[in-house]
Parts: sequence; C-alpha cells; structure tokens
Amino acid sequence: MKKLLLGNEAVARGLYEAGVTVVSSYPGTPSTEVTEEAAKYDEIKAEWAPNEKVACEVAAGAAIAGARSFCAMKHVGMNVAADPMFTASYTGVNGGMVIFVADDPGMHSSQNEQDSRHYAKAAKLMMLEPADSDECLKFTKLAYELSERFDTPVIIRSTTRVAHSRSLAEIGDREEVKLREYVKKPGKNVMMPAMARGRHVVVEERVLAQKIYVETEALVDGINKIEKNDGAKIGVICNGISYLYAKEALGEKASYVKLGCTYPLPEKLLIDFAKDYEKVYVIEELDDVVEAHCKALGIKVIGKEIFSLLGEYSQATIRKAVLGEEFESLSADVNVPARPPVLCAGCPHRGLYYVLKKLNVFVSGDIGCYTLGALKPLGMLDTCICMGASISSLHGKNKADPASQSKNVAVIGDSTFIHSGINSLINVAYNQSNTVSIILDNSITGMTGHQQNPSTGITLKGDATAAVSLEKVCEAVGINKVLVCDPNDLVATEKAIREALEYDGSSVVISRRPCALLKTVKHNGARKVNAEKCRSCKMCMKIGCPAISMVDGKAKIDFTQCVGCDVCKQLCKFDAFED
Amino acid sequence: MVKSVMIVGVGGQGTLLASRLFGAALIKSGYDVKVSEVHGMSQRGGSVVTYVRYGDKVNSPIIEKGEADIILSFEQLEAARWLPYLKIGGKIIVNTQKIDPMSVVSGETEYPEGVIDAIKATGVKVKEVDALKLAVEAGSTKAVNVALCGVAAKMTDIPKEIWIESVKETVPPKFTELNLKAFDLGYNL
Ligand SMILES: Cc1ncc(C[n+]2csc(CCOP(=O)(O)OP(=O)(O)O)c2C)c(N)n1
Repeated sequence: MKKLLLGNEAVARGLYEAGVTVVSSYPGTPSTEVTEEAAKYDEIKAEWAPNEKVACEVAAGAAIAGARSFCAMKHVGMNVAADPMFTASYTGVNGGMVIFVADDPGMHSSQNEQDSRHYAKAAKLMMLEPADSDECLKFTKLAYELSERFDTPVIIRSTTRVAHSRSLAEIGDREEVKLREYVKKPGKNVMMPAMARGRHVVVEERVLAQKIYVETEALVDGINKIEKNDGAKIGVICNGISYLYAKEALGEKASYVKLGCTYPLPEKLLIDFAKDYEKVYVIEELDDVVEAHCKALGIKVIGKEIFSLLGEYSQATIRKAVLGEEFESLSADVNVPARPPVLCAGCPHRGLYYVLKKLNVFVSGDIGCYTLGALKPLGMLDTCICMGASISSLHGKNKADPASQSKNVAVIGDSTFIHSGINSLINVAYNQSNTVSIILDNSITGMTGHQQNPSTGITLKGDATAAVSLEKVCEAVGINKVLVCDPNDLVATEKAIREALEYDGSSVVISRRPCALLKTVKHNGARKVNAEKCRSCKMCMKIGCPAISMVDGKAKIDFTQCVGCDVCKQLCKFDAFED
Repeated sequence: MVKSVMIVGVGGQGTLLASRLFGAALIKSGYDVKVSEVHGMSQRGGSVVTYVRYGDKVNSPIIEKGEADIILSFEQLEAARWLPYLKIGGKIIVNTQKIDPMSVVSGETEYPEGVIDAIKATGVKVKEVDALKLAVEAGSTKAVNVALCGVAAKMTDIPKEIWIESVKETVPPKFTELNLKAFDLGYNL
C-alpha cells in the first residue's frame, strides 16, 4: 500500500518495519518528526535524551545489547554526538544501529550550514542519502541489514527538503527482530589503546568491503542508480534531493548516476560513467564532497565552478547553471518589507527581554525561541554560538573583562540548559566568576515545536516521570544565589535581575512561565485599547508584540492574537489597556 | 503534465493544514503528489510557503520562479512577495487580510498601499477574497485556511465530494462542521 508520508514519517515507518526497539534522540529541525512519529508505535521504546551525545550512546548500548537501535539529530547535533560516534565505528554493533542526521541547506532553522557528509568519511561510517519518502523508508530498512552485515553503525543523511516533503511511500509490515545474544568481547567492545589498535584494522577492512558493495550489490538494492538516456550528452552525478532537481531541470537531456550512498563512493562506477559524456556535472548541495573525490580520481567534472557552496539548490538553479535558461516571472511594483519570525503574542520571553533592555545589559545568547529577542525592536542579544554557549562564553568574557561583570547576563532556555548549559554552569561555579545566568524556563522545548524534556516531568510517550529541579541543580553545583521570577511581572523580574547583577558571586535567575502556545495554559481574554486614554506614546510598541499595532495614531490590539498577558498593560502610563 | 500550487502566508495562519488538505484530495484523485512544507523557525510569525505539485510523475517537491499555476495567498503582502513564482498566465487568489510584519509594527517601515492593485497592474488575474469574514461566518477566525482552500478547490478539476471527504479527514473531528461550512462558503464564492 502507498501512503503520502513526510520524509521523516517514512523514516519512522522504516524503523517500525525493520523491527527497531530502541530510539533515543534530541530534537532539532529538520530531524524532529522522525522520533515523534517513532514514539507512536507501541513496539518502539522511543525517548528524548538530554542531548545528542547521550542519545547516540543509548543507541550504541542498545545495539551492543543486541537490539536494533536508532538515534536522530540535526546536523549541528552530530557535532555533539561525534565523540561516541567515532568510537562506535570501532566497536561496531551487534543488533543494527542507525544514526540519522538532517542537514539544513539554506538554514531555514539553523545557526550554520555545515555538511555532515564530512563526518561519514571522518568516522568511516557508511552514509545513505534518500531523495524522497519512499527511499526514506526503504533505505532505513536496508540500513539495518547493512549495519548488521558490516558490523557498523550506518548514517542516514537527510536534508530539509527530503525531511519535510510529503511523497508516496510503499508501506509494509513489521518484521519482529529478536534480541541477538550478547557475548562478552572486550577486544571488540572495550576501546582502550591495545584493543582499539586491533579494531582500527577491522574498520579499514570494513570500508574496503563496503567499497565493493557500493559498486555491485548497491545497484541491485536500489541504493546507487545509473540512469542512461539515449543521445544524452550530459552526464550528471548527484546525491539525495539534487537528483530530483536535476531530473526536473534536465529530464532526458542528461544521464544520471544517483548516489544513494555517499560514503564510501563507487569509484570505478563513476570513472566508467564519466567516460561516456562530453560534460559531466557533479550536482550536490553544500560542500564539494563528491566533486573533490571525482577530481582526485582524475575524472573531469564540473561542480562548484558553476554551482554554489551556499544554500539550497532547485530545478531553477540547475536549469540556469547548466542550460543557461531562466523562466520569465513577474513582480509587483511595491516595496515588500521582510517578514522574519517573531516571538509570539503572549510569549513569556518578551517581558524578560523588556527588562533586560531597560537595564541595558550585555546579553550572551543561546539557541531557542528566545534567540528571536535579537531582532528589533528588542534587539537584545550580543552573541549566539551554539547550544549551551551562553553561560560558558559569558564566563569567558567575565574572566577577560571582570570590570564588566555586573553589566552582563547569559540567557538560556530550559531544554538548552539541560542539553549542555548544566556543564557551563558547573564551570562558572567551579572557576568562580560573577556570571548571571538566566534560565528561561517555559516548561517546554519551544523552538523545535514543543517537545518534552527532562525538566518538564513528562516523557516523549506522554507519561509522567521524574523532573529535574532547576533550582536544586543550580544549588547542587555550587551556585549560592538562585532567584525565581515570573517574566510577565515586570517589576518582580527587574528586581530579581538587579539583585543578581549586584551579587558578588555567581548567580542564577529562573524566569519561569510556561510557553503561551501550550494547550495546558489558560489565557485571559484579548485586551482592548481605550482609544480615549491612549496618548500615542508608543511605550507598548517597544516590546515588539505582533498583536499590537498603531492605527491612526492609536494603539490597536489584534483580538485574534492577543492572549491577555498584560505586559503592555504594565508599560502603559495611561491605563489605556482594558480587559 | 505536472501542476504546481503554492500556498503562502504568515506563520500561524494554518497554511500547513491547507497543504495537507490539498495533498489528501490529490491522492484520492489518483495523482502522484509532492508537498513541501515549512516547519521550525518561520512558523513563528514569519513568511511561510508550502509547495504542492501533482501529476503523473512529480520529481522536484519545490516550485521556483515562474512555475506556479496557482498561488493561494493568505495575506496581501505575501501575495506580492511570492508573485514572481507565478507562471505567466497563472492565477492568484489573495485573502485581503493584512498582517503587519514587525518592521511595520515597530514603525520602521509602512505597510505599502495598494498591494492588490500593484499585482493587478502586472496583468495577472487576481481573485480577492475576504476569508476572515467567511471564517467568522462559519464560526471561527481559525477557519480562514479552509475557507481559502474552498476558493482554490473550485479552480481545480477535482470533484467537490473528494474535497469534502478530504476536509473531514484532515481537520480535527471537533471542528468538522465548522470547517465544512467554511469550505463551502469559499467554494461557492
Ligand atoms: C546541538 C543542537 N541540537 C539541537 C538544536 C535544535 N534546537 C534549537 S533550539 C532548541 C531548543 C530550544 O528549547 P529551549 O532551550 O527550551 O528554548 P525555547 O525554544 O523553549 O525558548 C533546539 C533543540 C540545535 N540548534 N543545536
């Protein structure tokens, strides 16, 4: 039966059909739905881990124990998971293990545009790249066979357009896979120098065996494909979604090698294919991974000479670069202002940022919905690097410039704090700086679409569980001043932050109020503006609330958006906001 | 022949559900379908776009400049933003609702005047719809998306029964009646 599935749903279906029993992931766009969908199958124990390293280790342990296991992450998550991943490559598996990574060319929801294909080569792990939902499902199932056959974790790499496009996928039944027997093998599973030396030999032999597979059986399995068109003068070598763009743009004018496995590459196949064409293009988004390999093999290919290292490709990019053609298009003669994402109406981060703006502090930022506080009119972030970096990088700043300490704060979300902010806070307490860390506890992982995390007391499957007490963690690691405030109460929030800034020692302020979009949150009704009282002072416009605008010189509330958080009301000196 | 429909709007307006509704109706009609969605960051009030493509065999899931047969815009400014994606001779449906981007809210720029007239001036046929009014009439401002789908549905050759069935499958059961009403109001416009 065929079903219209999101790429990520299809991967989850593949997990189900392949008999996977253990899934551990940390959310990250565009990878999140794989794990959310996997959790819907009773047969799969699916969990949110605190971060990607933990997730990868859980999957590795489950695989060694003999189960088919899985972990998913976004591209930057692979940086966090890299440590266990590189050594799991040495131990290999017992039950099959798949590591799923989703890259985000074009940075729809990411802080960088790294190409995770480099990891496959660096960690010497086979990498499969599906192009549509049907392949997402098939490749996932095949990945488990390959993982067990070659005794290795296998990486599946997706990209935003594969992960978040719906297309038809052939679905089947679940194959129950028994837990394989665990046999104690220190030489294989205890990685210390003497054993690891032996395992490195095995890893290199494994890659050689996989190199034969990709030239031969991979064609039968439908992983790598050669598609020849009569009379075609152009040869195209492509991977993942770029195959679909190339087909759309060039159709039968070209012949194709579609690489469903980008590590290891089928070298002989590529050399043979290229011989038949006047021009051979390598079409791959982001880095020149395949292209550089082809060039090293002496194959004459055209790649980044005409294609960008930046952003996403499309049929139009390829049409233009290869054929020099462009479709005609219209444009309206109006100035269209940009529309970047904004903090939602009623977002608890807004009140906090207003107070920080008032106090005119340096804000060491982190990753989450609250990163949007960087945009005007709040414009409050000074830095944002990666998850957890707010607290640790502020510690660095405070060490470099101690005189500035009472003018600096770090902001970090609850999920991000658990992810890696805890380590950063331990560092602050241990190495003693007067760092003010503000934990924006909105009781959910907001940015990635509302996932539970260890501080919410609810599991991925929706069951009640132990909840991390943020206050107690802070105290336990050695923070002597821990304050809690409600960010929608501007006076109390200002008081707490002032107290922390003035404190001689490291401190934490927990700014606590649940995300306004949570279904469990009860809202006040939309507020109204009493136009007679409004003096057009625009104080309420300073908080960048999407529900407030100025119409004919007076503040106006959009009743479809306003949830009655009353942050605006606290700012209005003329009592213009009414219930 | 592959047809391309673009659904554009502002994060939070329910464009995702609209694209799912299209997907469901097209599958029922026996087409190969690809729907490319936006998840994540831009859903927070940003400009969002979803692509729906259908035909005998669809390759690319995305739509590029000059390729869309129909653009269904949930907001005026977004219609102007994405107009270059319309095929010459394509149709555009515009919800007359205006949502201020933050730069307008904060007074840095102004919401441009005469957006729809500017689109018409390019020679494009524009179908203007006050979908907010239709949604309110159906019982909730949240039904703007389904009302607009009703308008667009009329422009496809998919039978109305299939659309109705798809609405029932796509919207939460609690809101079926309301959404069917909104769909109808759009369809009969
Ligand atoms: C290493 C890494 N993993 C995952 C992500 C994806 N991601 C971005 S923000 C975020 C969590 C945000 O949650 P929280 O810190 O609670 O803040 P909120 O969005 O709720 O304000 C995640 C998981 C990332 N950017 N980097």
